[in-house]
Amino acid sequence: MTALLETRNVTKVFGGGPFHRGSSVTALNNLSLTIEDEPPTITAIVGESGSGKTTFARLILGLANPTSGEVRYRGVNLRQLDRDQRRQFLRDVQVIFQDPYEVYNPFYKIDHVLEEPIANFRLAESKAHGRELIVDALTTVGLRPEETLGRYPHQLSGGQRQRIMVARALLVRPRVIIADEPVSMIDASLRATVIESLRDLNRQFGISLIYITHDLTTAYQLSENIVVLYQGAVSEVGDVERVVKEPEHPYTRLLIGSIPRPDPKHPWGIKDNVPDTIDKSVGWQKGCYFANRCPEVMKICREKIPPLYQTAPHRATACHLYNESPVVESETLNKIFIARS
Amino acid sequence: MNLNILEVRDLHVHYHTRLGAVKAVNGASFDLHAEERLGLVGESGSGKSTIALALMRLIRPPGKIEGGQVLLDGISLLELSEEQMRRVRLAEIAMVSQGAMNSLNPVARVHRQIEDALRDHGVKQTKRERAEWIGELLQRVGLPPATAEMYPHELSGGMKQRVCVAIAICLKPKVIIADEPTSALDVVVQHQVMETLETLRAELGASIILIGHDMGLMAQTVDRIGVMYAGDLIETGSIEALFNDPLHPYTRLLMASLPSLEHKEAAKGIPGLMPSLLNRPTGCPFHPRCPEAFDRCKVEEPMLLTVQPNRGVACHLHSAEPAEGEAS
Amino acid sequence: MESRQDKFVAVLDRYGLLIAGSILVVLIALFGLVGRLVVPVEMSQVGAGLPAKPPSAEHLLGTDQQGRDVLADLIYGTPTSLKIGVIAGVFGVAFGALIGLIAGYVGGIVDEVIRIIVDILLTIPGLMVLIIVASMLGAVSVEAMALIIAALAWMWPARAVRAQVLTIRERMYIQVARFNGASNMKIIFGELLPNLVPYLAANLVGAISGAILASVGLSTLGLGPMSQPSLGLTFYWAITYGALIRQMWWWFMPPIVIIIILFLGLFLMSQGLDKIANPRLQSKA
Repeated sequence: MTALLETRNVTKVFGGGPFHRGSSVTALNNLSLTIEDEPPTITAIVGESGSGKTTFARLILGLANPTSGEVRYRGVNLRQLDRDQRRQFLRDVQVIFQDPYEVYNPFYKIDHVLEEPIANFRLAESKAHGRELIVDALTTVGLRPEETLGRYPHQLSGGQRQRIMVARALLVRPRVIIADEPVSMIDASLRATVIESLRDLNRQFGISLIYITHDLTTAYQLSENIVVLYQGAVSEVGDVERVVKEPEHPYTRLLIGSIPRPDPKHPWGIKDNVPDTIDKSVGWQKGCYFANRCPEVMKICREKIPPLYQTAPHRATACHLYNESPVVESETLNKIFIARS
Repeated sequence: MNLNILEVRDLHVHYHTRLGAVKAVNGASFDLHAEERLGLVGESGSGKSTIALALMRLIRPPGKIEGGQVLLDGISLLELSEEQMRRVRLAEIAMVSQGAMNSLNPVARVHRQIEDALRDHGVKQTKRERAEWIGELLQRVGLPPATAEMYPHELSGGMKQRVCVAIAICLKPKVIIADEPTSALDVVVQHQVMETLETLRAELGASIILIGHDMGLMAQTVDRIGVMYAGDLIETGSIEALFNDPLHPYTRLLMASLPSLEHKEAAKGIPGLMPSLLNRPTGCPFHPRCPEAFDRCKVEEPMLLTVQPNRGVACHLHSAEPAEGEAS
Repeated sequence: MESRQDKFVAVLDRYGLLIAGSILVVLIALFGLVGRLVVPVEMSQVGAGLPAKPPSAEHLLGTDQQGRDVLADLIYGTPTSLKIGVIAGVFGVAFGALIGLIAGYVGGIVDEVIRIIVDILLTIPGLMVLIIVASMLGAVSVEAMALIIAALAWMWPARAVRAQVLTIRERMYIQVARFNGASNMKIIFGELLPNLVPYLAANLVGAISGAILASVGLSTLGLGPMSQPSLGLTFYWAITYGALIRQMWWWFMPPIVIIIILFLGLFLMSQGLDKIANPRLQSKA
């Protein structure tokens, strides 16, 4: 069965070539991920700045082209979609962007961004029906239509604006929504409401989610499976419960250890081997990208890039510490994912 | 001997817009003890950053400090002349803010930025002394001495922020205000920068006010915390007390909205919105959203009362008598 | 709690310049349009009165060397100049904006080609070309003159609009519009254009000013339409007949005053529009 949306060995390299001084940067290195029509899943792509997660978002949405590899929608390369296919693509794949300010055209009231998909995709039979759809969508995300419709973006809070964007994506009834850091620009106390809305989209409407973020906590709250990226490559992947509770990769451990828990009795911190300096040493590098910062680095780490070792039925780690485990055969990460119980 | 390095009494800061006065800070009072780490937590628009600017006397029109008193080690900051305050800034009280790393002069090397600060405060040194001094300073914030020769764009976010910390502490101030210093940084870098900040604070024997909206960060880095809502300070107490037993309904809801890494249960968001600071509701600013509001809350604004030693809350649920008696 | 007075002040602050400028321009336009209801057209023609007479009860602004009533001449001449200016300005900006929109939005080779053409054309001294073309054409109608001026007025708006489009094109709400299924046309006219309107309006006012200036200049040199009265033509005759030397202030002063008021009005309008387009230029609070 053809997958709904998939990235096949996508790699994105910036720079290089005769007009760029300095070497090239591999933003994303050979990532293969599949999203099927059924069943609806929630996958988190987690990484810090420079991890490649933003690049991944742009590639899978067709906003950028991979240097090598392909992004396919129902078997067709995104670059080769004809008009009808492109229309279908937009019906099936929707997005929520990070910035709740810039996503609104300041000229229009927020109604505009909800009316547009109804008009363009002909989702309603009449104006009244369209209005009904909008009211429903807003209520589903926990907003009161009478308090939001008719307002200009600047009259609403960041959380409200972002929830309207969730409602917008919902209107189209896509099969999958790519959410690119949807809560990072919202106050911590308001994030819960947006995350709730996203969870509802999955539970109630059977929409798959790709949740891209640097915030492991919300990733844990929302998703079933997680892909941890470091400098463009996958460092750990699998069942989010296991990965977060028992992290295997030293980087994942560092990441989790650095999260400040809202609990004074639970102190944070893991001793990082090397403090943050000009750690831009990526690109063409032998060995594991994390070697210079890894507290458990071994000789082989600087010689050979670690493959993904499958350490359990539903997890894999790209670290030589686990080289006793079998190397993951398939390139598609989904083979490791756990299905929702 | 006064244990308070900073005393803030009844601070009012308004922003005068065409539509009226926005009451950004509405009578905040608190103390900062010597060598203490105090956190000020609140959502956007709660007034916490405005307080930071007010303490540094960096409020510019249309903002204005309408009233109150700020005593820094006995000196009344609000009564100083512009020139006197300029000398106090950096030398006695310094600030690192979220945007600081973006306001470094892009065409000046790091050492120049620090030198500018020193020169402004009339610190006289020979060129050699200065270079040594700067090298030491950079090391103290965890940067290699070579950083002195670099331009801001050559540094990572964490490094730039460390440079800002270096500038803030270069004259050994008594109070450091850190306004969301790590919000733009990755979580691993955030940890490192906060660690450095704490080490420095301890070395200098300074006090720090950490301002932010991340309760997790607060839990890990401060001793005492004040919760702000719509321009009011609504609860104060030690960090343990607040996490174990939050008194104000807003604080309680806030705690419940924090997602955890322990279990996957849904965190509950707080329904409703912060009120417009232009048209604050009468009575308690939180009453429209408060699940426990009653009649008194709608008409009478609660004062911050000390209900236990070292514990304050501005809520009618916790005040003994109607009206009357305001402890500090 | 905004009092009526506060609201009034707010409106005045935001739209004051625009309103003031518009009033001046409208006054000048009314002068021409309403004036002709009062003063018959014959008065503006040669021999309407005794020549070179200073202002009197019969001829409020006196007569020129050929006996034209100066006031009538101005009443019938002002709308001509305005007409040329408006037509040239509108056509110039409309065409330029269209080119700029296409170049900016489509990008790629189309953008490159357009950009090169526009940049080359911009290096040509416009007024000089106008003078050459006008002198070659001989007798020129009002509409022809407007189009000639427009032909040289579109480049600057094209460039300016292209730059704006390039900025807006990358905005996130354009991406959102794409994901909302909007076609390119819908994005250009539905999303980009509304944000360009204040900008275009400011450009339009500037273009009209320039066009009026160009037309007055050309007419003053005798290269404009000679069959109808216009402000520039008045200057032409005034210069030809040495009004300055003969100290016929009633002949050359009034058109200068009209031009000053007109340009002042247009300037205030463009400042006002700029203010609306660029909220950051507004005064504090």
